[in-house]
Amino acid sequence: MTCWVRGLNPTKSVYDFVQGIGVAEMAVQSDVIDEAGPYDRAKALSAFKLGDVTFYWITRLSAISVLLILGGIIISLIVGAFPAMKEYGFAFLWTQRWAPSADPPVLGALGPMYGTLVTSFIAMLIAIPVGLGIAIFLTELCPQWLRRPIGMAVELLAGIPSIIYGMWGFFVLGPFLANTFQPFMIRIFDGVPVLGAIFAGPPSYLSLFNAALILAIMVLPFITSISVDVFKTVPPVLKEAAYGVGCTTWEVVRSVVIPYTRVGIIGGVMLALGRALGETMAVTFIIGNSFRISSSIFAPGTTISAAIASEFAESDGLHQSGLILLGLLLFVLTFFVLAGARLMLLRLEKKAGK
Amino acid sequence: MNPIYARRRRKDIVVRGLCIGAAAFGVTWLALILLTLLYNGIAGLNLELFVADTPPPGSTEGGLRNAIVGSLIMTIIGVGIGAPLGLFAGTYLAEYGRNDKLTSVIRFINDILLSAPSIIIGLFIYGAVVVPMRGFSAIAGSLALAVIVIPVVLRTTEDMLLLVPNALREAASALGLPRSLVIKRIAYRAARSGLITGVLLATARVAGETAPLLFTALSNQFFSLGLNKTMANLPVTINNFVQSPYAYWKQLAWSGALLITLTVLALNIGARILGAERTAK
Repeated sequence: MTCWVRGLNPTKSVYDFVQGIGVAEMAVQSDVIDEAGPYDRAKALSAFKLGDVTFYWITRLSAISVLLILGGIIISLIVGAFPAMKEYGFAFLWTQRWAPSADPPVLGALGPMYGTLVTSFIAMLIAIPVGLGIAIFLTELCPQWLRRPIGMAVELLAGIPSIIYGMWGFFVLGPFLANTFQPFMIRIFDGVPVLGAIFAGPPSYLSLFNAALILAIMVLPFITSISVDVFKTVPPVLKEAAYGVGCTTWEVVRSVVIPYTRVGIIGGVMLALGRALGETMAVTFIIGNSFRISSSIFAPGTTISAAIASEFAESDGLHQSGLILLGLLLFVLTFFVLAGARLMLLRLEKKAGK
Repeated sequence: MNPIYARRRRKDIVVRGLCIGAAAFGVTWLALILLTLLYNGIAGLNLELFVADTPPPGSTEGGLRNAIVGSLIMTIIGVGIGAPLGLFAGTYLAEYGRNDKLTSVIRFINDILLSAPSIIIGLFIYGAVVVPMRGFSAIAGSLALAVIVIPVVLRTTEDMLLLVPNALREAASALGLPRSLVIKRIAYRAARSGLITGVLLATARVAGETAPLLFTALSNQFFSLGLNKTMANLPVTINNFVQSPYAYWKQLAWSGALLITLTVLALNIGARILGAERTAK
């Protein structure tokens, strides 16, 4: 029976229709009738019914477990964060000092929140143009034979575990940036009013900028693969018409492809942003875990996830509760970003379906 | 040539160049990371790595056996719990609840869980399992991994089952096959390689996960098989060793990193080849 099914292909149907019947017959014979002994219609039917109902409820309960997981996450975070919420209230959000060993401990989320937002912002600044560039290359410019290898290479970037990015950032990228890139930027912008402060300070292996660059590389595949997917929803006839009146590739992309897929691109970017906000191991390695806010992006900092990863295992009492409260903040933040991303992508799907 | 036309062409060439540059940029990172891993990790890739346990500080012999075994155990249990749940849930979404309100809610929530920060899942399991059980344990680590597996498998299962044409289901139903057998015998078989792809991708995703294990399974220096105690595992061991001052520990960390990356890439490539075979047919 298996050999029948191996050749089965859901996209061509009339021929398989007949094969499907063959499979169905055998299924009935082997599963139910053999067990029922001599043919007994009532017995066979009730066996069918029982199996049906059981299977339905197994699948339905599994599906509902997804909702339970979400509920469990929210409840366990709120319960864990409650002592800290009671102790610090809303002041938690704008206190910069983080002194868990003081008595009583002083905890404030401003440093990690600042680090999370700044690293994600810089990462998106780098990853959006590059990711879109790769997507345009893959859909419009790339010769057919090169499309799969390059697409695959970019997607494999998404598969590398984040701790590997962290090690690589710490041992390879960090030293390179500290010895070459940062002195260069610091020299160029020295004395320029605002930029001078942003690029000031001693070069360092551990900095917000290094973490942001690693984040950019990590979210690149998400932006690229979603952009490629949404670019494919553009009706070819629109592009052909534009090429037909003499548009160059860039003009077709700018005036046809991007306007048509704008919602989808924004959705993809927000999805990548959601990833960047919550990324943990890679950032923990290279951000330096400093709760002080510095105006320079070459100074060490911390993010919410890095703070949790590096302090949680050795924490207790109010300190631990404060870390869980940080986690709750992160979850709420990513939840809204990701929900927004999905709504955008759903809108595009509806448009493509029409 | 008309000057306006020349300007448009120049602009086009510049943008094309930038796009090619972007693609080269992306591929370069992959190559750089893999080369660094190979360069640093290959020296420690020998038999000792697989048969000796992690050494105490300062020692210059030892391997990663306990960590490798621990990772295998936790990954298998995690996928073993998460994959069936995800598979059944995906089945409900694609087969029973296609026009259900519940389905669209679950799909939406699942898509969010799919990209939720893994450290949050660690915090969740810490609160839900580690605190009530009064201690870090391998089973807590496995459950954290299972929570990550479910959304991945659910998503691919639903997508793949939706690709199976309805004519097949209708034919089976017309013969009197009950709904559950239509799904198990017809839909699952037609979508089989797709379903396996989903499980492989989920395995690849959790094999290198570190953040959720940091405070659920913790890690230790010993070989242990007990599920109710802390268990050594590769990602956390790498995390601890690479930041240590001992050269031999660092070497082990690089070799472990190479091992994980090769495994994860192999799983990813395998899943993609399976998936591609399906669409090419």
